[in-house]
Amino acid sequence: MTSLPTQTERRLGLAIDLDTCVGCHACVISCKEWNTSQYGAPLSDTDPYGSDPGGTFLNRVHSFEITPKSAPPQVVHFPRSCLHCEDAPCVTVCPTGASYKRVEDGIVLVNESDCIGCGLCAWACPYGAREMDAVAGVMKKCTLCVDRIYNENLPEEDREPSCVRTCPAGARHFGDYADPDSNVSKLSAERGGIELMPELGTKPVNRYLPPRPRDQIDLLAPLLDVAPSNPTGVLGWVERMMERL
Amino acid sequence: MHPAKSIILFTTLSGLGFGLMAVFGLGLTAVSGLTALIFTLMALGLAGAGLLASLFHLGNPQRFVKALTQVRTSWLSREGVLSLLTMAAFGSYGGLLFLGIRLDLLGYLSSIFALATIFATAMIYAQLRTVPRWNSWLTPALFMAYAICGGLLLGAQLELAKWASLALFVLQIAHWMRGRTALTASGSSAETATGLGSIGTVRLLESPHTARNYVTTEMAFRVARARVGQLKLAVIVMMIAQSMLLFVFTANHMMAALVIALHMAMTLTSRWLFFAESEHVVSLYYNK
Repeated sequence: MTSLPTQTERRLGLAIDLDTCVGCHACVISCKEWNTSQYGAPLSDTDPYGSDPGGTFLNRVHSFEITPKSAPPQVVHFPRSCLHCEDAPCVTVCPTGASYKRVEDGIVLVNESDCIGCGLCAWACPYGAREMDAVAGVMKKCTLCVDRIYNENLPEEDREPSCVRTCPAGARHFGDYADPDSNVSKLSAERGGIELMPELGTKPVNRYLPPRPRDQIDLLAPLLDVAPSNPTGVLGWVERMMERL
Repeated sequence: MHPAKSIILFTTLSGLGFGLMAVFGLGLTAVSGLTALIFTLMALGLAGAGLLASLFHLGNPQRFVKALTQVRTSWLSREGVLSLLTMAAFGSYGGLLFLGIRLDLLGYLSSIFALATIFATAMIYAQLRTVPRWNSWLTPALFMAYAICGGLLLGAQLELAKWASLALFVLQIAHWMRGRTALTASGSSAETATGLGSIGTVRLLESPHTARNYVTTEMAFRVARARVGQLKLAVIVMMIAQSMLLFVFTANHMMAALVIALHMAMTLTSRWLFFAESEHVVSLYYNK
């Protein structure tokens, strides 16, 4: 049913640390690898070696340049995927009931055998989190690796989303936001976790941890001081002579 | 937004078809017998052709019946159900009229259903907060005006069509004027999209992918500003020409055909712009 649950028992989601992310795209690749061979239709590539390549991915990493008013610009790598919104507009617009939000953990999923591929949910999502698969003609999105996190056939340390498991910088964290003592809740509280486009009222679950403030004191500054000194005496005379040459 | 041919054709044709049903159902076009059958088939044909065109937009059209199940929440589902109800009611009304039985109440009912269908179609777009240009009551008003004006023309109600075409002109200009500032007025920007506005201004340095993807081709579609201007001018000229023809000349078949052709061309052009010109907030992630 495309009505949203009024409340979910758990609010599973990610905390993505923009201070730590190095923009290596490893999460993009591991996500594609896991999800192309597990839940639902594979994530197809079209014309992968030709002149007009395209493909379905559930996670994309942008790199932004942020320019503060009175400091040099800084680069922030920014992974973008489904935020598993509490008030997910992608769910309510679905005409077939294929899109739904789970009551037990709040994960937003697509039942692919009901999806007609109309694309309206992708239009309704502000975050570009849904991509229609060009081959299967059904909507693909982040499942929060629902087939890993509860999978008892996997060793316990692997029971987290593929992107989180693979991140070499430890920039991605997975947990339950409904529990104030969970790792993600604590991280978000400590670091002032950001909600994306709050003005659209989607109430995203995932939070982004903003980059920590950059040091304004330059440790090397005193050593690199090249301000002219005005030597006197013999040295001063030599310098004045040299300037004339 | 990507201006998909199937959707432009669908909204234009079905708009005309349901517009004609709304006019005809009210009994404005007082005909009977074979003429009534021709009008009925024309309206059903237009709406049916539009609905068929919309199927080409789907990734898995064979499952379209499932789209009729979520009327409680989904405008797309409501549109599907309403369009079938309208076509059934109107088809029976027109069929009975051909047989010499006039059921006024059934006519009124199909007229109301037809208007509701057009409204539901427009609400699919108007409900989307992600496309600020569409997210306004002006969108259903505009869709209704196009459909009713077209219906009055097809239903040979040229006296009423005069005023409808004027209202359409005003609504179209209002929709464009509001649209110019809709994205800025929505409050969304690259800064809110990334949540990093508190640090400074945000600019895309490197795109996540060098090639196209579904999101960029479907929602970050960009059309040249100059082209938009030319097409808007074309729509305005056609609108003025249509109103002039209706107000200045007396009705005859030739003129009616000309006005209908103008109306069709105008609707298609304006519908293309409705999609091509509208910005989706996801484009904020792409500096587009």
